[in-house]
Amino acid sequence: MADVLAFAEQRDGSLLGVAREAVWVAARLAEGLGGTAHALVLGAGDLADAAAELGRFGASSVLVGQHTALGEYNPDAYAPIVAEQVRSGNFGTVVFPATTTGKDLAPRVAALLDVPLATDVTGVEVEGGAIRIVRPVYSGKAFAELDIDASPTLLSIRPNVFQAEEGEGTATIASFEPAVDESSWTQRVVERKASGEGALDVAEATIIVSGGRGMKDPENWNVLEDLRDAIGDGVALGASRAVVDAGWRPHGEQVGQTGKTVAPKLYFALGISGAIQHLAGMRTSQTIVAVNKDPDAPIFNVADYGIVGDLFEVVPRLAEEIRALKARS
Amino acid sequence: MDVIVCVKRVPDTETRIKPSAAGTEIDSSGVKYILSPYDEFAVEAALRTVEAAGSGEVTLVTLGDAAGSETLRSGLAMGADKAILLEGSSTMDGLATAKALVAEIESADAQLVLLGVKAADDDQQQVGPMVGTLLGRACVTGVTSFTVTEDSVRCHREVEGGVEVVEASLPAVLTITKGTYEPRYASLKGIMAAKRKPMETKPAADVAARIAVRSLTSPPARAAGKIVGEGPDAVPELVRLLREEANAL
Ligand SMILES: Cc1cc2nc3c(=O)[nH]c(=O)nc-3n(C[C@H](O)[C@H](O)[C@H](O)COP(=O)(O)OP(=O)(O)OC[C@H]3O[C@@H](n4cnc5c(N)ncnc54)[C@H](O)[C@@H]3O)c2cc1C
Ligand SMILES: Nc1ncnc2c1ncn2[C@@H]1O[C@H](COP(=O)(O)O)[C@@H](O)[C@H]1O
Repeated sequence: MADVLAFAEQRDGSLLGVAREAVWVAARLAEGLGGTAHALVLGAGDLADAAAELGRFGASSVLVGQHTALGEYNPDAYAPIVAEQVRSGNFGTVVFPATTTGKDLAPRVAALLDVPLATDVTGVEVEGGAIRIVRPVYSGKAFAELDIDASPTLLSIRPNVFQAEEGEGTATIASFEPAVDESSWTQRVVERKASGEGALDVAEATIIVSGGRGMKDPENWNVLEDLRDAIGDGVALGASRAVVDAGWRPHGEQVGQTGKTVAPKLYFALGISGAIQHLAGMRTSQTIVAVNKDPDAPIFNVADYGIVGDLFEVVPRLAEEIRALKARS
Repeated sequence: MDVIVCVKRVPDTETRIKPSAAGTEIDSSGVKYILSPYDEFAVEAALRTVEAAGSGEVTLVTLGDAAGSETLRSGLAMGADKAILLEGSSTMDGLATAKALVAEIESADAQLVLLGVKAADDDQQQVGPMVGTLLGRACVTGVTSFTVTEDSVRCHREVEGGVEVVEASLPAVLTITKGTYEPRYASLKGIMAAKRKPMETKPAADVAARIAVRSLTSPPARAAGKIVGEGPDAVPELVRLLREEANAL
């Protein structure tokens, strides 16, 4: 029961960044518990190449379940397969990513296995043979350390919080053919619409450029798009609720209590006052930059770096300086 | 069309959260409690569903201590028909909560069970899919809008990078997120009427929690930030700090 399983989520045949983080966390835990770490990948296409990479993040084996019906996530298909793998592999700990899919899947697996689950964990380590779990509660206004009295121990980790380090390891690939009974499905996806041409989702970005009511008009978003493009890859646009409610931006971009919780490496709050419900969604970001013309705006209380000023002057200059920096390096 | 909505009493989102002296729960003195915001969306969705169907009842269920009756009254004031208070403890073990709710929901003949996508206190985001799984019913999470047909429900849900339309069979369990269901305000008439609506109190099914909070602490204070300067002239220094000090660019 010292072995640890990580659910390595893929989309369109590529592993998500958080899949590596989950495997890396699983490997750390296995080390502490005296077991080995394993990864589980489910999908429709050829996943062996993608899976092999997980060895470098600490998986000693990768279980690859391939079936034409697993191309897109469907809980009725996925949950029983994952539960069965946990059971048959006799894993004592299971790590899920706290993505939209992970948050949908993990509770179902927990219910099937009849064990509790800790969601959106930001701290986990082995201490004296036991797993110590810390997770934010009250939208990050407090942190709870948990005692879980059940085996296996199930947890999901918040993306971007754990910095997965790449090593030299290699994993054996163990392919299996999962049982899928489509006739028992209670639900299916009938349509999928991508928001914006392949725009990166805030929940997955390592850098977020967020705008609030200080942007004045939806037309002005070109200023933020330009900053995003200047920084390069891995950048998503975010928004405060005020601009989402005004219909300026889609709800998928909303950060905060009733939007998404994010923890990027770098968060730009531009023309955002910093209401408690907005902070709820972004206060665990590693570095926060605020630009606001009001020196007393509460966002400055959480920002690592602030500029007091008109964002329409500051942000274009910022994009310019970052472009210059990239050109030099 | 009968609908059950699971609602939770949580501290107002504006509230300052302070750990209690014992350090395992919050200091509730001076804390104002509300119906969890996502659960309000769920109540609104339920009311609109019954209104559209032209018949049926909305029943609210909460698990918690006696004060939960206040939360239930505010949902009744919005327009729900009746309420059930399952007296017991609501813990961070979402599976224990789900089991207690299921013990009540199971026998009722509701085609739809709605929950919030997450409760605004523990933020576990798990009770809904656990309830769905325990009941063996279709369960769609993160629903922003839905329409009910004869024997199915068509849901829009938000996923990373887009929107999905999911068709699920009835009876179903849905978790509701912010979308089209802007909650209505309770009218004065609604508040008066709520006082006379049926509310049943009974002991919750006895399910032991297997997650306990060992300690609750305030987040480490973010080191006081610095104001780099004023206006665009401060930008070069900001970029230098982001690169050299924060290692973020
Ligand atoms: C239950 C509940 C849930 C909520 N959930 C969320 C949530 O998920 N996310 C969220 O964001 N909010 C949420 N809110 C709303 C929140 O309370 C605030 O109303 C909202 O965050 C304000 O958005 P804002 O900062 O864009 O707008 P404002 O508060 O209006 O701030 C605009 C800021 O822009 C600055 N500004 C104006 N012009 C310029 C300029 N030219 N240059 C620089 N700065 C300028 C102003 O000084 C001001 O600080 C919630 C509220 C409730 C009650
Ligand atoms: N004690 C409770 N009583 C009733 N419903 C609850 C309770 N706890 C959670 N729920 C429901 O489950 C949803 C998700 O909660 P959670 O998984 O704890 O984030 C909430 O929005 C409620 O609809």
